[in-house]
Amino acid sequence: MKQLSVPHLLGIKNLKREDLELIYETADHFKEVINRPIKKVPSLRDITIANLFFENSTRTKLSFELAEKRLSADVINFSASQSSVKKGETLIDTVNNILAMKVDMVVMRHPNVGAAEFLSQHVEARIINAGDGTHEHPTQAILDTYSIREKLGSVTGKNVVIIGDVLHSRVALSNIYALKLLGAKVKVCGPPSLIPKHITSLGIEVEYNLEKALQWCDVANILRVQHERMDVKYFPSTREYTQLYGVNMHLLSKLGKEIVVMHPGPINRGVEITSDVADSGHSIILNQVENGVATRMAVVYLLAQQIKRE
Amino acid sequence: MSTKVLLDSKEIDIILHRLSCQLVENHGDFSDTVLIGIQPRGIAVLKRLQTILTTEKGITNLATGQLDITFYRDDFRRRDEPLQANTTSIDFILENKRVVLIDDVLFTGRSIRAALTAIESYGRPSDIELLVLIDRRFSRNLPIQPTYLGKQVDAVNNEKVLVKWHEDKSKNAIHLIQKNN
Repeated sequence: MKQLSVPHLLGIKNLKREDLELIYETADHFKEVINRPIKKVPSLRDITIANLFFENSTRTKLSFELAEKRLSADVINFSASQSSVKKGETLIDTVNNILAMKVDMVVMRHPNVGAAEFLSQHVEARIINAGDGTHEHPTQAILDTYSIREKLGSVTGKNVVIIGDVLHSRVALSNIYALKLLGAKVKVCGPPSLIPKHITSLGIEVEYNLEKALQWCDVANILRVQHERMDVKYFPSTREYTQLYGVNMHLLSKLGKEIVVMHPGPINRGVEITSDVADSGHSIILNQVENGVATRMAVVYLLAQQIKRE
Repeated sequence: MSTKVLLDSKEIDIILHRLSCQLVENHGDFSDTVLIGIQPRGIAVLKRLQTILTTEKGITNLATGQLDITFYRDDFRRRDEPLQANTTSIDFILENKRVVLIDDVLFTGRSIRAALTAIESYGRPSDIELLVLIDRRFSRNLPIQPTYLGKQVDAVNNEKVLVKWHEDKSKNAIHLIQKNN
């Protein structure tokens, strides 16, 4: 009988390979559950979960909420835009007020790096990091690697390239940790201004030529250009970015092999990826969304299992 | 720990054939009936009944499935050991079907309670029956009784009934194990 080696999901960095494998196995079962006529199990009916989103999110929030509801947990939602945070309340006060309502687990997205870890040290609840600034987004990496495993049978030994705005991407960092843990080979590709210094210290390579990167890979994970996090110009124009780092059908047809195309969403169509690629047979973007619910159910279930009933 | 053989391979074989006959008697050609084995230990019983029904009783198109009840159990977060799920494979809708749940040992009845809840996720069956190889009577926590029964056993709480299946049919046996603690 197995369980996760961690009490909170703060980042992939804290996980072991066995943890990821346990999450995948559990997610396989939940994937079967969410394809039933009645897509719900009663496991977590005595658990209450708060989804705290201090930063905008559509799919992650919906995906978590659906995963929690499919497990029969009680769910409360909170967005920073309509809360007392605007009135100057601190993070710990906000969360402790919510926990006073007997909440067992907190799913939090926050613009500051380390917010989830900070919270885990100061409050009595299981914490799931749903994205902390430009640091980590563990459940995205779990669903991405789960989708690769589903499509290609295994992640081990596969060549995966992460393309685009690596500098501002929490998805990239979590993916790199997860892919390395599972024994994949990883490259990042993008304009030098959007590739962090010293990223090779994570045991990965940098490739500045998109065509070479695509030729090398089995899987291309294309990141969104995060205009909202760019305080200065990182490249001369969107048009130039698209010409050098936009993935289009012409590039893919030149490869002479099938590669898997992924994108964590939301897509800037015509910027980092063209519509014909996003909607093609190469793309597993919508599978990623479906797998997002199954893998998040697995994470929530496995963490809830550790909460002993009094 | 002492072990006693409750049923040997020959007795198990006779019981499986009797249960198959009873199923045929009640379900005819099985056109509206599905046999669902409860994971993990009900599957072995299901497989053996399936073999007898298809090879000896001439039943064609027998619909079978495997049901895992982990997510429906009532002892989630109450056990020291975490629960691990098994595969569920039911490739059909159970709406208006006659369902026969199959397990090896009926003890407290809580697994069957969970299975009854789980089965609802696949539609509303017209009826549900229960087939077990061993019924440990006097140990029930819930008002659940089998429809088809292999053998009734009186076992006290520190005893365990263990069904052992082998590739070689002649080595099948059901043991009563006395725990020392």
